[in-house]
Amino acid sequence: MTIVDPAKTGEVADPNAVNITINGKPTVARKGELIIAAADRTEDFIPRFCYHPRMPSVGMCRQCLVEVETPRGPKMVVSCVTPVAEGQVVRTATDSVKKAQEGMLELLLANHPLDCPVCDKGGECPLQDQAFSHGPGESRFVEEKRHYEKPIAISDIVYLDRERCILCDRCTRFADEVAGDALISFISRGNDTQVMTFPDEPFSSYFSGNTVQICPVGALTAKSYRFKARPWDLDQTESTCTSCSVGCRTVVQSSRDELVRYQGVDIDPVNWGWLCDRGRYNFESVNSPDRLTKPLVKTDAGLEATSWSVALENAARMIRLALAKGPRSVAILGGARGTNEDAFAWAMLADKLGIDQRDAQLGDGLNPEVFNLNQATIDEACAASTIILLAPDLKEELPVLYLRLRDSAQKRKSRIIEFSAHDSGLTPHAWRTFDYEPGNQARVVRDALSTDEIREQLSRGQVVVVLGRANLAENEMFALQAAAAVFDAAPNAKVLPVLRRGNVRGAVVAGLTPQNDSGDAIDILRSAAAGKIDCLVLLGADPISDVADAGIVQRAFAQVKNLISIDTMLTGSNRNADVVLPAAAYGEKSGTTTNLEGRISNLSQKITPRGTSRPDWMIATELGIALGADIGVSSLEQLNQKLVATIGAFSSSKDPRSTRGDGVLMTRETPVSISSSSVKVLERNAYNLRLVVSRTMYDRAQSTLASPSLVGIVNDAAIHVHPSELARIGVAEGTTVRVGAEGTSIVAPIKANNRVHRGVAWLPFNHTGVDINPLLNIVGDVTDVRIEPIK
Amino acid sequence: MSRLNETNTKLAREIISRYPRPKSALIPLLHISQEQNGYITREAMQHLGELVGVTSAEVYGTATFYEMFKFEPVGKYLINICGTMSCALMGAHELMQHAEKKLGVKAGGTTPDGVFTLAHAECQAACTEAPTLQVNYRYRLRVTPADFDKLVDDLKDGKLGDEIPQHGVLAKVRQVIAPEREVGAKAPEDVNDAPAWLDGKAAL
Ligand code: SF4
Ligand code: SF4
Ligand code: FES
Ligand code: FES
Repeated sequence: MTIVDPAKTGEVADPNAVNITINGKPTVARKGELIIAAADRTEDFIPRFCYHPRMPSVGMCRQCLVEVETPRGPKMVVSCVTPVAEGQVVRTATDSVKKAQEGMLELLLANHPLDCPVCDKGGECPLQDQAFSHGPGESRFVEEKRHYEKPIAISDIVYLDRERCILCDRCTRFADEVAGDALISFISRGNDTQVMTFPDEPFSSYFSGNTVQICPVGALTAKSYRFKARPWDLDQTESTCTSCSVGCRTVVQSSRDELVRYQGVDIDPVNWGWLCDRGRYNFESVNSPDRLTKPLVKTDAGLEATSWSVALENAARMIRLALAKGPRSVAILGGARGTNEDAFAWAMLADKLGIDQRDAQLGDGLNPEVFNLNQATIDEACAASTIILLAPDLKEELPVLYLRLRDSAQKRKSRIIEFSAHDSGLTPHAWRTFDYEPGNQARVVRDALSTDEIREQLSRGQVVVVLGRANLAENEMFALQAAAAVFDAAPNAKVLPVLRRGNVRGAVVAGLTPQNDSGDAIDILRSAAAGKIDCLVLLGADPISDVADAGIVQRAFAQVKNLISIDTMLTGSNRNADVVLPAAAYGEKSGTTTNLEGRISNLSQKITPRGTSRPDWMIATELGIALGADIGVSSLEQLNQKLVATIGAFSSSKDPRSTRGDGVLMTRETPVSISSSSVKVLERNAYNLRLVVSRTMYDRAQSTLASPSLVGIVNDAAIHVHPSELARIGVAEGTTVRVGAEGTSIVAPIKANNRVHRGVAWLPFNHTGVDINPLLNIVGDVTDVRIEPIK
Repeated sequence: MSRLNETNTKLAREIISRYPRPKSALIPLLHISQEQNGYITREAMQHLGELVGVTSAEVYGTATFYEMFKFEPVGKYLINICGTMSCALMGAHELMQHAEKKLGVKAGGTTPDGVFTLAHAECQAACTEAPTLQVNYRYRLRVTPADFDKLVDDLKDGKLGDEIPQHGVLAKVRQVIAPEREVGAKAPEDVNDAPAWLDGKAAL
């Protein structure tokens, strides 16, 4: 915020302006602003431990005392809980303030072990720094300090060292107030107070890494970073997380050319400094020993390492042969993992070669038309008076978006109306929840939105629909029909499309989406299975585990003559490829990425790509040259300029600086609208349960499996039903049952789960132990299953 | 199973209904659970969390703040001997030594028959009557070693049954709120007027 003095500018007085004086400097603060925040803006730093700008203050540590003039002389106040007031005179560095600061620090250090030399926080520790800058320099305490068992694991990811804890309440407040997972708490009292979990109930929050980041001492440390590096040997660069499409701003840190840590960066429009644990810790997969370092080609003895020239030659020959049969004999799947530039380079190459069949979504997304509806940003959604959820469980799939929407509902800025088949992380925060069975959501939405109460709510202000694929076992048309039903009731509603893959929006807009009426990823796989595609290019895609119906993928792979894969590791899909080209991973390349709201922000390279791996765009360029279809770019800058000049949506990022920090929104076209025509409703036979397949945070994604911190958290597969169904089926919790549909079946343990609504069976996607593929018949519009005991 | 039994669960629900926020009922519910089992078990804390809608960690955090909630089994009679200044001057240490000998356990311990637990306490706010002790939070003042012996023997013989119920028992008489005095579980932000039972006569 800029500080303007209304007296000088002659502007009309701002009703929210409050004139105060900090250390003799007059300044204009905002109504309700805390003294500590105002002083931050005037650069009069007040030491603090418990205050965090993204959480309500608690005044726990008393380190932020300042002096404020009162009619009875100067008075000491806690600056993180005292709001500014007109005419207030604040002093932050008087003798008595200094004495108070020194006293507080002496007390905080009384029980602190001072094991800085072996503490991960040493060098970037607010306690160390402020003891140096505002502390007394020595202590009068000679007594024994309190002792606890040195670090104890409070989860798979986080360690707690209670001796170092200064009881600032940041971690516990974060867990309770921001993440909604109050799994850690202060226990006991007085000298025995400590942060602790309930016995045997670990701190298994999806957001636990944030507590490590905001702990002002080394009490909370992350398993992945313990003793790995010192802050002063860290190299760092600001970047954007692409593990999902929220696009959280991060700092990528490395030491000795290896990634060692990501930290969240606070940007207003997106993540407010928070990251989810998957995004934060899957950097370990970049360092994985399983990374591909050399190109591979298939020989009689399997995949063998070769040189780039041989591999590219081979790939070019395969594409050329297939193209000779016709352009529809080649297809490209994937591209959502890369940068906008990567996607654009591949789209240019495909254009040159006449390849229409390309798709960055893998059958689990939505028609790209949703990007042309009236778009909402994350901020707009959070400020809307009504948020309508027609989306997967955001806590599982787009975790930090969940934090933002939860915050908005908690602060009563928005009311959430949720439509779902099973409870989601946001259900407890929803104002109204409507239960549907996949296939009839449009009708449920129409009926729900036509009541007087809801109509009144919709008329109160902006309505934002959070729209995505809640169920992989249903046709995407149901989600679109339901959205259309919302537009019927609220024609001015905006849409926040929540497609989950990292840069799916950028890739689609840059051109990795079906062209000239060719089919989408599923059509491509079907036509490959029918023997119509000779050469299939997997651009960072692993359809065997990414596409809901792995069966069709297997049939497609069996039929295509040549499979070319560009990837960072060997996956279930490219183990049988003819050529595998090693790609540079996250942190190893620069460029820009686009998040779900269409925000373009930069990615920066921090480490050298492993082995001879290269960014996807470079591979496209070289492959083009080998094919005599040069796309004419020789540098990332040039490619970026071409992208910005060619594709209108990217024109807003003309100035590359605009993609740093907050990033810049894509240029938007005039929005189109949809309205419902006929609503198709599929009724369920009462003996069956309707299947919902959706993702959870820790599934068998390659990046999770290759991250030692996360791999242990991956869940075991089970079929989840409402507890009342168990008796009806006649089995006990945990028994193995047969889940059958249309002549096929799988066998899985059954779990009673009261978050799953009656009439529905929930199968988490891609979990360990059960191959659920036989049930994922994408041809049908919905899937009804029958669960039976095994005799 | 040391979750609340059926009667206590019913009582718990009734108590919860008296508060606008279920979690406000946590302390009374903890007392009930201590009364039921003599101490607060893990299962009870989980059960209370379910009943009032907070995590077990929050119940644990709240419960452990209070000295009078115990998390390990304690004897039928919990004897707290004050050791703070006035009592110390008047022979509290000697009393403690005597007590340890008499009961055959160290401070903090429980007799093998599970009848007595002996513990140190800080000032019990009866300094003029030092040295003091409490049995299940009932005072004994100006305690001499002989008094102590008699107390222990009387407790063993069941002579004090009426005066000193076993540890965890809250009260022999349950609080009853007459229906007309119930203010109802209204959220604070919804309360604009004085409770009905005040009859508009007085301000609070
Ligand atoms: S563990 Fe860290 S964040 Fe949590 S209370 Fe202690 S010092 Fe604060
Ligand atoms: S929410 Fe998504 S973008 Fe943010 S840290 Fe997690 S994975 Fe990365
Ligand atoms: S920062 Fe103000 S009391 Fe801790
Ligand atoms: S010192 Fe023992 S009661 Fe006060």
